Amino acid sequence: MSAQAVTEHQEYNYHVIRLFTLATVFWGIVGFLVGLLIALQLAFPELNFEPYLTFGRLRPLHTSAVIFAFGGNALFATSYFIVQRTCQTRLWNDGLAMFTFWGYQLVIVMAGLGYVLGVTQGKEYAEPEWYVDIWLTIVWVAYLLVYLGTVMKRKEPHLYVANWFYLAFIITVAVLHLGNGLSIPVSWTGTKSYTVFGGVQSAMIQWWYGHNAVGFFLTAGFLGMMYYFVPKRAERPVYSYRLSILHFWSLIFIYIWAGPHHLHYTALPDWAQTLGMTFSIMLWMPSWGGMINGVMTLSGAWHKLREDPVLRFMIIALAFYGMSTFEGPLMSIKSVNSLSHYTDWTIGHVHSGALGWVGFISFGALYSMVPVLWGRERLYSMKLVNLHLWVATIGIVLYIAAMWVSGIMQGLMWRDYNEMGFLEYSFVESVMAMHPFYLIRALGGALYIVGALIMAYNFYRTIKGDVCEKEYQTDGVLKGAVA
Amino acid sequence: MSFIKKHEKLEKNSILLLIGIIITVLIGGLVEIIPLFRMETVIEPVKGVRPYTPLELAGYNIYIREGCYNCHSQQIRPLRDEVARYGHYSLAAESMYDHPFQWGSKRTGPDLARVGGKYSDDWHVAHLKNPRDVVPESIMPSYSFLARNGAKIDDLDQHLRTLRLVGVPYTDEMIENAEKDAIAQANGEAKMDISGLTQRYGENVNARDFDGQPNLVSEMDALVAYLQVLGTMVDFKATEEVEEAAP
Repeated sequence: MSAQAVTEHQEYNYHVIRLFTLATVFWGIVGFLVGLLIALQLAFPELNFEPYLTFGRLRPLHTSAVIFAFGGNALFATSYFIVQRTCQTRLWNDGLAMFTFWGYQLVIVMAGLGYVLGVTQGKEYAEPEWYVDIWLTIVWVAYLLVYLGTVMKRKEPHLYVANWFYLAFIITVAVLHLGNGLSIPVSWTGTKSYTVFGGVQSAMIQWWYGHNAVGFFLTAGFLGMMYYFVPKRAERPVYSYRLSILHFWSLIFIYIWAGPHHLHYTALPDWAQTLGMTFSIMLWMPSWGGMINGVMTLSGAWHKLREDPVLRFMIIALAFYGMSTFEGPLMSIKSVNSLSHYTDWTIGHVHSGALGWVGFISFGALYSMVPVLWGRERLYSMKLVNLHLWVATIGIVLYIAAMWVSGIMQGLMWRDYNEMGFLEYSFVESVMAMHPFYLIRALGGALYIVGALIMAYNFYRTIKGDVCEKEYQTDGVLKGAVA
Repeated sequence: MSFIKKHEKLEKNSILLLIGIIITVLIGGLVEIIPLFRMETVIEPVKGVRPYTPLELAGYNIYIREGCYNCHSQQIRPLRDEVARYGHYSLAAESMYDHPFQWGSKRTGPDLARVGGKYSDDWHVAHLKNPRDVVPESIMPSYSFLARNGAKIDDLDQHLRTLRLVGVPYTDEMIENAEKDAIAQANGEAKMDISGLTQRYGENVNARDFDGQPNLVSEMDALVAYLQVLGTMVDFKATEEVEEAAP
């Protein structure tokens, strides 16, 4: 990295953000590749290699790598970027910020190694064992301190809306992690522990955690990202300040209640299921509040969508956000859930949110940050950004369409009766019927990875200081539209 | 615009904002979680549910280690087709000693809540070694190494003790005899005295050489012992008779 390029923003700590940015790209590609492998394992079981590389051990590796390693590093990078720029001050305590980087990477490595070796608590999205949980708690407290420390010494009297979301994300994830992580180790020198809660209580607490990992890790944090980069890129103020206040408080209030929709028709008491469903449906409104606020920020600047593929990434992200936050409440209705639950429909729903919303808003943010962080005037190539966009979008469409069809088909096959009043299909017949869709899904995932590799190449050239000569005229203006 | 004026206070004071956020996010969780700790309203007491034997517990831990819950649920919903396919819908009491619960969220494979007793031990062993030997269309991974690995049973007393700390009613006697009971269960009456085991865990305990390897208490023994007890603890016939007798 060239020294003279950074002098412009010497007051900001960009060093730690550069590290988090590189980690985001690296773990993203690792997580996507593991995803592709387990997708292929479902189509071709010979690809399971016992004992370490079986679907059962790799699936948590995939989910943790994409949520906590890719998503987590993206949140660290963007939150440190945004908090410095909107507070007009340098990050509080460089040393502690650096500790959050290396500490967090250690969490990822310890958790991932554990899964492959069979060390897990067996709670979805909270699989790491007690010693990783304790270490994560320490790192997370450091994160909160760095963030709050920076906010406290801000030069702007008002705290910008993006920071509210990041703050809610950091503090709520801490509460969830502490609540769901309560467990007692069998021995202080061993890896195994038992969760304090059992049966129904452990189910409720796990999905209180699990659903709000979605709500606060994958939604609130990334909305913070959206609230900074969309207005910045569109060069327009946020559409409605009033709407951001309203949807912020209602989103964080309502999300917490929605967990029981993961437990419909189970042994969880009925009143809790009904509460969960009711709040899940209500959640549609604040979710769309965020989408509307983001998309409408472009009013008066719609033409920028034609010119700027980075902005296009973010607007497509908002479209996927709107779609999956409509689909979610729909699936939380008990009668719909009776069909969709336990099927691939859930997997499709999660991935329209994860690939479309979380992935695309992160890519948009990364494309915006990288030239600034490394002091480059522009990205190496806008055409490659555009190529990434379309390859990845086609990938997502293949993925989610395949999962909708297979999920609904699965659900219908399981409940189908013949004229004699017997179940029409054996379970394994439903497994066989999934095969073509598992292939299409794997193809969609592969395209998504190709897109991410294009992005990595683009970043490599940008950081090196290259500019694709063909795309730019000598005065640095983009030749024509790139759409 | 008064509400915006009021909100300004929070925007200018980050600690106030932080406290506001914490209060806002705590409410929903507290309302939904705390009542669940009044056990008597949540878990209908049924006869027969007991803590796992040490060998079954070792199997439960292998089930978690291998991530079986990623593809198999253990929760039969009270829907016509599920009851027809899997059996009586799951009761809260049946998983009350699972720390954590294994209800699952996805059925890439079938539900296992009542798999106990449905297939023979030999079937389970063959199926776990290579699922496609018994179900040609299966996409489940092979777990043949389970038959080669000895189950770790010398620290089972510590496991039982830890579980007692979180509320599972293991007695001192159960803890003291954990390893012995595991060995007895994996050998069975034909080869060993299992009276201590049945006295502690009931006459219905499955005690036999599950994997057909008499000289080894393997991980296969443990996992099959666990699978064979799933969903078999409650005597539904007795329960139904009582229900039918009632007007």
